[in-house]
Amino acid sequence: MTQTVALESDTILTPARLNHLQALEAESIAILREAVAEFARPVMLYSIGKDSSVMLRLAQKAFYPGKIPFPLLHIDTSYKFPEMIAFRDAYTKEIGAELIVHRNEEAIAAGANPVTLGTQNCCGLLKTRSLLDGLAEGGFDAAFGGARRDEEKSRAKERVYSFRDGAGQWDPKNQRPELWGLYNSRLRKGESIRVFPLSNWTELDIWLYLYAEKIPIVPLYFAQERPLVIRGGQLMPYHEGMKLLPGEELRTEKVRMRSLGCMPCTGAIRSEADTLPKIIEELLQFRRSERENRAIDHDEEGSMETKKREGYF
Amino acid sequence: MSATATRNFEEFLEAHLGQELLRFTTAGSVDDGKSTLIGRLLHDTKSVYEDQLAAVKNSRVNRAANGHVDLSLLTDGLKAEREQGITIDVAYRYFSTSRRKFIIADTPGHEQYTRNMATGASTADVAVVLIDAKAYLREGKLLPQSRRHTYIASLLGIPHVVAAVNKMDLVDYAESTFTAIRSEFVEFATKLGLKSVTMIPVSALEGDNVVSPSTKMPWYDGPTLLEFLETVPLATSDHSGPLRFPVQLVVRPDANFRGFAGQVARGILRQGERVMALPSKKETTVKKIVTWDGDLEVAAPPQSVTVELEDEIDLSRGEMLVRAGDEAALPKVTRRLRAMVVWMHEEPLVVGRTYLAKHTTRSVRATVKAIRYRVDVNSLEHMQADHLAMNEIAEVELETNLPLFFDTYAENRTTGSLILIDGLTNATVGAGMIAGAVSTEGGHGSQAALVVVAGRADLAERLRDALEARGQRAVLVDDALIPDHALTAVVRALDMADITAITARQLGADVLATLVDATQGFAEGGVVVGDGLPEDEILRLAGVRI
Ligand SMILES: Nc1nc2c(ncn2[C@@H]2O[C@H](COP(=O)(O)OP(=O)(O)O)[C@@H](O)[C@H]2O)c(=O)[nH]1
Repeated sequence: MTQTVALESDTILTPARLNHLQALEAESIAILREAVAEFARPVMLYSIGKDSSVMLRLAQKAFYPGKIPFPLLHIDTSYKFPEMIAFRDAYTKEIGAELIVHRNEEAIAAGANPVTLGTQNCCGLLKTRSLLDGLAEGGFDAAFGGARRDEEKSRAKERVYSFRDGAGQWDPKNQRPELWGLYNSRLRKGESIRVFPLSNWTELDIWLYLYAEKIPIVPLYFAQERPLVIRGGQLMPYHEGMKLLPGEELRTEKVRMRSLGCMPCTGAIRSEADTLPKIIEELLQFRRSERENRAIDHDEEGSMETKKREGYF
Repeated sequence: MSATATRNFEEFLEAHLGQELLRFTTAGSVDDGKSTLIGRLLHDTKSVYEDQLAAVKNSRVNRAANGHVDLSLLTDGLKAEREQGITIDVAYRYFSTSRRKFIIADTPGHEQYTRNMATGASTADVAVVLIDAKAYLREGKLLPQSRRHTYIASLLGIPHVVAAVNKMDLVDYAESTFTAIRSEFVEFATKLGLKSVTMIPVSALEGDNVVSPSTKMPWYDGPTLLEFLETVPLATSDHSGPLRFPVQLVVRPDANFRGFAGQVARGILRQGERVMALPSKKETTVKKIVTWDGDLEVAAPPQSVTVELEDEIDLSRGEMLVRAGDEAALPKVTRRLRAMVVWMHEEPLVVGRTYLAKHTTRSVRATVKAIRYRVDVNSLEHMQADHLAMNEIAEVELETNLPLFFDTYAENRTTGSLILIDGLTNATVGAGMIAGAVSTEGGHGSQAALVVVAGRADLAERLRDALEARGQRAVLVDDALIPDHALTAVVRALDMADITAITARQLGADVLATLVDATQGFAEGGVVVGDGLPEDEILRLAGVRI
C-alpha cells in the first residue's frame, strides 16, 4: 500500500501524501501493535468473513517480518457454511497462523437451533456464550474484533478499545474517552478489552482494500448459480440436511452472500457480481445496509445493542 | 456517487483508491441543528442506505418542521438516548464523495459537552461550529456556547474552523443577519489566534448550502459546506518538523533481525540518516525502513513502519528516535511540564494527587504539582482553582517519575498530548495538551541549574539580569561564605526552587566534574560552562529562548 515519489528537484525523497486506505491501514497497524505491546494475552476473533480477512492482512503487516504474535479464535456455531470452514482451514494454514476453534458442544449436542429457540436465544448460546467461554478458557485479556462503526447505529459510538466487565459485558455509559491515538489498556483481574482495529473502515473501504491488496476471500461472496429456497422473504442457500417447509420449493438462482453468518439465518442476494470490481460497483448502486440480510438484527429495534450488552461483539 | 454513470469502472476504482481522508468534528448546543446537518450531509451525498431511510420515514418521532423527513434521526444512536431524546456521547459517521472520504466525529451538546467535544476534536482536521441564526437574532449576540465551542476547537489545535450559520430559513435568509454574526465571530476567532476561519450560511432543514448551493441566498458566493470540506487543504505541518519516532514494539522474529515498530509522529524518517535514541542519547544510522510491502527510503506521519538500525543500541517501547546532530531540534526532555488539562471524570482532579500518564507510547506516573489557573469556558477568564471538576479546563503543572520527551501541543499534536488515568479505577480521567516545560517558558531544552563564567564577574551579572528579564529567576553564588565544596548543595537547593545559579568562580577541574556529575540527578538542567562562548549562546544554553 505504500508508495513514495520524488517531489523536490534535488535528490531528497519526500513521501507522497497517504490516500485514505493507506491512512486507515497505518492507523489499524498502530492499534494492533499497541494492543500487542500492552496486553498480556491477546487473541484475534476470526470470523472468516471479509472484515476478518482484512484484519488478518493488517496483522501480517503490523508484525512483519515477524509472525502474527497471537492466536486466532473462531467461534464455530456448527451452522457455518462448509465453504467457510474449508477456507478457514486452508488459509490459516497457508499463512502459518495459530487457529483455535471453539464450540459450545453442550448446546450443539442438545440441538440448539434458531427455529425452536428463536434467533436471539440461539445466538446467545452458540455465539455469545461460546465466545465468552472461549475467551475465558484461553485466559485472553484482549480480543481483536473486525467490527466497524458504520455497520449499525449502536456501533457508531463504540470505542476502539471497548471495555468489558468481568462478565464480558458492555456498558455504553461506562466507556473510556479516547483521544488522539492514546488508548487506555489498564485492566483489573477478570476484565477484558475488545479491540477494534477496523473501527474507522466502511464497507466500501473493506472491499476497496480487498481489491487493492488482492486478499483471498470465501467464494460465497461471489455471485454464482446456487440452489436455494425463499423463506420469510429471504433467499436461503440450500445446504445439506436443510428441510423444506410446506410450500417451499428448491430453485436455482445467481446469488451471492453480502455477509457471512450461520446458514439458517443468512440470506443471499440476487447478483451478477462475480468479481471484486463488480461487487464494488454493485455496492455503490444499491444501498442497503449489509446486516439487513441477517435475520438476527431485525427481531426488534435495537436488538444489536441488547446483544452487545450481553457480551456479543 | 454516480458509479453507474462511470463508463470505465476500473478507472473509477483507481480514482477512488487515491482519495484523501478528512476528519471533522461538529460542535453545537442542543437544538442548534447538528444532527439535522449531519443527516442532511449523509442524505444529500447519497450515503444513506435505503432501509435506514425507510426506517426514519416510518419513525413515530418527527421533530422537523414543514413536513420534512426528520434527518436528525439518521444519526441517533443508543437506546437510552432515544428514550431521553438526547445524545450522550461521541458517535462516528462515515461518508465519501468522489473527492474525499470523510470521518465525522459527532459530539452532540449537553452538560458533558466539553469532554465530548475535546474527544471528537482531538483527531479532527476541521471543526464545524454550528451557530443558530434565529437564536442570535433573539439574543442580539453570539451565545456563550458558540464561544465555548470555538475556544475548545482552538485549544485542541484544529487547523480549520468553519462556522455553519444554521436555520437561515428562519431569518428570511437575510444577509444582514449573516454579516452581523460573521463580524462578531471573526473578531472572537482572531482573539483566540485561530488561523483559518470560514463562515457559511446554511439551512440544514431545507438543504441550503449544505451540499447544493442555495437559490435563496444569491448574496452568498462562497462554497457550500461540502465543497469546503472537499477542497480545504490538509495540513502537512507534521511533515516539516524534526523527526519523532516513538517506539511501540521491538520486532525480533529471529537472531538476525531486530526492528523497532512504530508510527512516525513528526518529521520524515529517512534511510541512511543519523538518528539519536532517547533517553540514552546514543546515535546510530537508519539501516532500513521495513514494511510488508517492501523497504522504504522515506516515511512520514502517520505511516506505520519498522526501523532497522545500523548499530545494536539500547532502545525499547516508550523510547524515541529523533533526528541527530541538531541540539535545537531535540524534543524537550524533562520531568516537570505544564499542560492544559481537560478534566473528564466525576471525581475531580486535586493538587498533590498522582495519576498515570500515557504520552506517545510511554507510561509514567504524574503528580499534579499545581493548578496555575482554570479557564472559564464561557468568559475565557483565568480563575484560581485548587481542584478541577468534570468538563473544566486548567493549566496544570505535572511532575513525572521519569522524563518525557515532548514537543508542545502547538508544535505537534502527537508528541504534545497525553492522557491521565486514575491508577485505582483505571478510568481515563483527563486529557492534556502540553504547553511546555515548567520554568523555561517555552525555551529550548531545560533550564540550567548552574552557569559558570570563570573570571567574568561582569558577565555573570549581565547574565543574571538577562535571565531575570526573561522570567527566569537567577542568583549569583559567589559569596565568599559559600566554599567550593558546598556549591553542589547550594545549586541543588536553588534548582529545587527553580532558580538558576550563576558563578564567576575559577573552579578546579575536580570540583567542576563533581558538580556536573551531581546535577545529572537533578529534575532538570545541568551545568553550562561558558568558557569562550558568546553571551547569546550562554543564555540559550541556560534555557532562555532568544
Ligand atoms: N427551520 C429550521 N429548523 C431546523 C434547522 N436545522 C434543524 N432544525 C430543527 O431544529 C431542531 C433541533 O435539530 P437537531 O438536528 O435535532 O439539533 P441538535 O440537537 O443540534 O442535534 C429540530 O426540530 C430540527 O428539525 C434549519 O436549518 N431550519
